[in-house]
Amino acid sequence: MLYREAGDFKTSYAKDQQTFPIAFDRWGYFITIAFAFLVVPFLINDYWVNAVVLPFLIYSIAAIGLNILTGYCGQVSLGTGGFMAVGAFSAYKLMTAFPELSMIIVILLSGGVTAFVGILFGLPSLRIKGFYLAVATLAAQFFLVWMFNKFPWFYNYSASGQISAPERSVFGFAVTGANVTPAVSYLFCLCFVFVLAWAARNLTRGANGRKWMAIRDMDIAAEIIGVDPLKTKLTAFGVSSFYIGIAGALLFAIYLGAAEVGEAFDISKSFLVLFMIIIGGLGSIFGSFAGAAFMVLMPVLLKNIMVGYLGWPTDLASHFQFVIVGGLIVIFLILEPHGFAQLWRLAKEKLRLWPFPH
Amino acid sequence: MKLTKLAAAAVAASIAATPVLADLVFPSLDYRTGPYAANGIPFADGYADYFTLVNARDGGIGGVAAKVIACETGYNTEKGVECYESTKGEGALVYQPLSTGITYQLIPKATADGIPVHSMGYGRTSAANGKVFSNIFNYPANYWNGASHAVNHAIADSGGDISGKTIALVYHNSAYGKEPIRTLEELSKKHGFKLSLLAVDHPGQEQKSQWLQIRREKPDYVFMWGWGVMNQVAIQEAANIRYPMDKFVGIWWSGSENDVLPAGDGANGYKALAMHNVGSDFPVFDDIKKYVVDAGNAAGAGDQVGTVLYNRGMYAAMLAVEAAKTAQEIHGTADITPAMMRDGMEALVIDEAKMTALGMPNFGPTFSVSCENHGGPGLGAISQWDASAKKWSLISGFEPSDNEIINALIAEDSAAFAAENNIAEGCK
Repeated sequence: MLYREAGDFKTSYAKDQQTFPIAFDRWGYFITIAFAFLVVPFLINDYWVNAVVLPFLIYSIAAIGLNILTGYCGQVSLGTGGFMAVGAFSAYKLMTAFPELSMIIVILLSGGVTAFVGILFGLPSLRIKGFYLAVATLAAQFFLVWMFNKFPWFYNYSASGQISAPERSVFGFAVTGANVTPAVSYLFCLCFVFVLAWAARNLTRGANGRKWMAIRDMDIAAEIIGVDPLKTKLTAFGVSSFYIGIAGALLFAIYLGAAEVGEAFDISKSFLVLFMIIIGGLGSIFGSFAGAAFMVLMPVLLKNIMVGYLGWPTDLASHFQFVIVGGLIVIFLILEPHGFAQLWRLAKEKLRLWPFPH
Repeated sequence: MKLTKLAAAAVAASIAATPVLADLVFPSLDYRTGPYAANGIPFADGYADYFTLVNARDGGIGGVAAKVIACETGYNTEKGVECYESTKGEGALVYQPLSTGITYQLIPKATADGIPVHSMGYGRTSAANGKVFSNIFNYPANYWNGASHAVNHAIADSGGDISGKTIALVYHNSAYGKEPIRTLEELSKKHGFKLSLLAVDHPGQEQKSQWLQIRREKPDYVFMWGWGVMNQVAIQEAANIRYPMDKFVGIWWSGSENDVLPAGDGANGYKALAMHNVGSDFPVFDDIKKYVVDAGNAAGAGDQVGTVLYNRGMYAAMLAVEAAKTAQEIHGTADITPAMMRDGMEALVIDEAKMTALGMPNFGPTFSVSCENHGGPGLGAISQWDASAKKWSLISGFEPSDNEIINALIAEDSAAFAAENNIAEGCK
């Protein structure tokens, strides 16, 4: 009854083509954004920001990035962890080499460096496809982690190979280091998430997104209708790596504060982000958020229930967590192979017809 | 009527007599799952059991019950952050994360929150300089001491001269494993031995190529900085290539029963450093049996009592309890805060009389902590595995390390950290 197109008249092309054509969706979106920007910063505390919200926001960016490459352009990548490491180490080198540089610029430049590296590793995608490409990106993962471990220049010759984020501020507020207030680090990441998600949504709706999807659906047909595979695939690799690099830089500088490449950016990170987009839904911005939320929040929630309320031993709870999350993934993929995004789409379809299903 | 009044009066009196005190909270960021669980479990058991013992036998620390909050990290830094944030609000007095990676992360956070961190024999070695790292402690010994002990042992073993010989370092390719490299390089310059570095990637199950290289190069000594499953695999591989076990020396984190048992007789003679005594031949274990195990309150499966890493967890808990007692004395209150705990740790004195009173005579070295030295004396001993008796035993006393080289490195590294983070050196 409430959720319908009827009565919501569009009087211009711009209005007809807006992201949220249904008034109910539009208002929901505005309210969510207003809540995230205006209410949450006043409520948030150390625990929520560091244990739940920051990882969710940062992994959302990574998931959007991988979704552009895999979900929209159809190029499977297992190099996400390696590309996140590139972002993190670029951020570290920039932060220590140019202490007066604003963190916003540092993060954007780290994304830029990662985009360049991503394009380099994307070159083989012109010749190889599918599983073979996945293996090539897997090589990127192992090569990059090895490189950051091998050459001490990347970690400024520190004895341990650890990189630690020194304190840096934006507009006078510390955003990295020890003296960060929860609201500041939250808002800093939220701004990046907002701008990047908005850009991704519009990129995928525009000419570039359509080219990516054409390549994904059938690359020979796309080439025949005039889509240049070289440019299209490499832009997908570049944009995707830009997002993933930013996620890596934020993960290191804002969330962890110190990182070690073999531990923080290993292959399991690549799989984590890949699971996020598979569960959330390939080729959907909303799906990236839903998948990140599922993979980040579920373990914390299960831990709090099993250890906090039921008082189980921590090792039992931790093993059960694997069982439950793993089981949910399997069940989910059987019942709804297209992820949360498809569930959401179906729910909306049903709601539009409700209460007259026929 | 009269009875209820009497009861009420009694209740009121008892409340007045013992003011309600909050528990002293000691979070245990442990790991009982994942590739490092074999080593994480005994340590966590020992840590928890000692607090159970103190509560049952002594009625807590200075009359206040100690409470251990366990949080599973799986040796994973992201879970470590979650654990730190979820326990710090409970009034955590000191963190012992048992992970160099998590320690690195907690150094700035805990310092800003005013909570001390005790990374006993791990973590950032230069935290020994308390003038820069006000809230971080790593007494009684650190990795660089360990590197020096291992070299000293090799020198003694080869008759006082090691020049021209080769030492291979098999290390976990992480902050933990890389820590000793700089010290070993300095020592190799000083003593003239050749150092060959062999990195093993997390989690360390795949070491064929490293040991193939050892077989080819035949180094005179092999040192190991390993943890978790990596230890077992390395010792097994060394046994497979018939590397002489008495030339194979592990750091104190690579020398527990769980590491050598899988290799069976092949592990006989393997050596590891020790920062405290081994075995269960101490009066404190009678108390643990009486108050903890027999009472059914043992942590975990209760089958680790007396193993090397159980002892280490117990030792860590003992040092925390003694620091809390010291803090209670300094501040004259039983209900201490993390800031008071820090003062207690900085004024901690462990002498023979104290250890004997606790039922742990000659369990570890005697030492005292000061603002200038958060690292203790750095004494270490060598222990050796007897596969037929299935027992570790110390084959040397607690000896000093080459502090001249180590102190210079600590000063250099802590000065770099101070410059990076704008910390003015000084004592609080």
